[in-house]
Amino acid sequence: MSAIEKIYLYPLWLRIWHGFNALGIITLIVTGISMQSSIESAHVVGFNMIVNIHNVAGIIVTLSYFFYFIGNIVTPNGKYYIIKPQGFLKKPIKQAIYYAWGMFHGMTAPFPISEKRKFNPLQKYIYIIVMYMAVPVVIITGIALLFPEIIIDKVYTFSGVFVTAIFHSAMGFFISIFLVIHLYIASIGKSPLTNFKSIINGWHQVH
Amino acid sequence: MKFRLVVLFSILLYSTSLELNAQSYQNAAHHPCLKCHSNQSYSFHNSVTNKEMKRLMNPYYILDTVAMTAGVHKQFDCTDCHSSEYGTYPHQANLKLEPLSTCLDCHGGDASFAKYQFERIDEEFKKSVHYKAYGDNFTCTKCHSQHTYKATARTSDNVLEIVDYSNKMCLSCHNDMKKYKLVSGHDNPKLVQIHEWLPNQELHFQHVRCIECHTEVVDSLMVSHDILPKEKALRKCVECHSADSRLKASLYKYQNLQKRSEKGDLNTVLANESYIIGSHQSPILKLASIIIFLLTLIGIAIHSFFRIIKKK
Repeated sequence: MSAIEKIYLYPLWLRIWHGFNALGIITLIVTGISMQSSIESAHVVGFNMIVNIHNVAGIIVTLSYFFYFIGNIVTPNGKYYIIKPQGFLKKPIKQAIYYAWGMFHGMTAPFPISEKRKFNPLQKYIYIIVMYMAVPVVIITGIALLFPEIIIDKVYTFSGVFVTAIFHSAMGFFISIFLVIHLYIASIGKSPLTNFKSIINGWHQVH
Repeated sequence: MKFRLVVLFSILLYSTSLELNAQSYQNAAHHPCLKCHSNQSYSFHNSVTNKEMKRLMNPYYILDTVAMTAGVHKQFDCTDCHSSEYGTYPHQANLKLEPLSTCLDCHGGDASFAKYQFERIDEEFKKSVHYKAYGDNFTCTKCHSQHTYKATARTSDNVLEIVDYSNKMCLSCHNDMKKYKLVSGHDNPKLVQIHEWLPNQELHFQHVRCIECHTEVVDSLMVSHDILPKEKALRKCVECHSADSRLKASLYKYQNLQKRSEKGDLNTVLANESYIIGSHQSPILKLASIIIFLLTLIGIAIHSFFRIIKKK
């Protein structure tokens, strides 16, 4: 490869959303964990304050989610999230094998990033699960917990609020695990910091 | 044949009379006291004017016979506690002055009631604002109606039912101007207003008892009877909304509730009426989340290790 090849992959609106979302989600995770073990954290920031911060951050992330959702409809960015039936399982498995074994054995990336393919198949699946399943569940259950009087009293024999809370925190936990892996995988680039720079300046460096 | 019928009839009559006491409240119309005291009005023959009279019953003397048949004292008849002289009407004026038995007269010092710890409850109660405000006039029956009381907290397996029953005891005075003023000497504060600081007030009122915040929790007592002055009431969310919730020592410690949660693990997680915060209230989910988190970190560590070795 002659010079460093660059592709403009992350438009400004997406980077702004990504920044807001990242800060919001991190705030939500920190305050969320803090509420779960409230006695310990109460010494640092009061519980009431933590609840307020969590609520405000939740509203900001919800609004920013709608911005992202609409952005993906009105701009071409949405096409990166479309799954084709061919190789439905084969492709992501191939990518997983690359991460687990191939990249250490001189294998070239099976789905290199290009203007047509922003995400590799495994990445695409996980983003779809997180952004179109987990985040909406967290948002809906979050709104319900913000207005608990709208929650139905009983789900079968279970308390509606409790079931909602369990869903909310379980999905929140899933998103936290995603965040850890997301940050780690992002470090697999030309250099460990390349991808972090890309999401700030918008240019992806092909390697 | 005739003789046999008479014997059979007598046996039947006798066996129904055995249940008479317990059943008598249900037949209020035929009960000498309840035929008047379960109705809004009563009639009697005025022997002075020789007229039939119909009058309104004092609302505080109208008894709920349905609740009485479910109450803890259902096997007693009125005159077991009240003077038998109430059998005549008009009732003699000095009957109002008769000393009635207090709860401890029957329940105190009796081994069969030991588990209810009546003496300790009395001790705790003597420290409470109720006793300070009204002294010995504040009897147990101010909250625990001797006529209809049910030990709901000990028998029900539904938290909401326990909460509702308990809170209605408080509200019977705290939401009633006349009764409240009788004891305190001043108007009752508006409950919704003074609890305005509490988020989701209505839900709190449905799911936890007033006494959760308004008493000193004593671990060895089912219900602490030391009702605190309002300045000392709990106002810190974390006292309940934490892993080490105060509710575990109060509302959720009843065996009848714990038994319900022993039905199965998934049930324990989900049938819980409590809403404290998050899945960490369930030990299984807490453990699962810690394990998943650790596995993720271990996976990343192993992967990083190979990346460093292979310089990737």
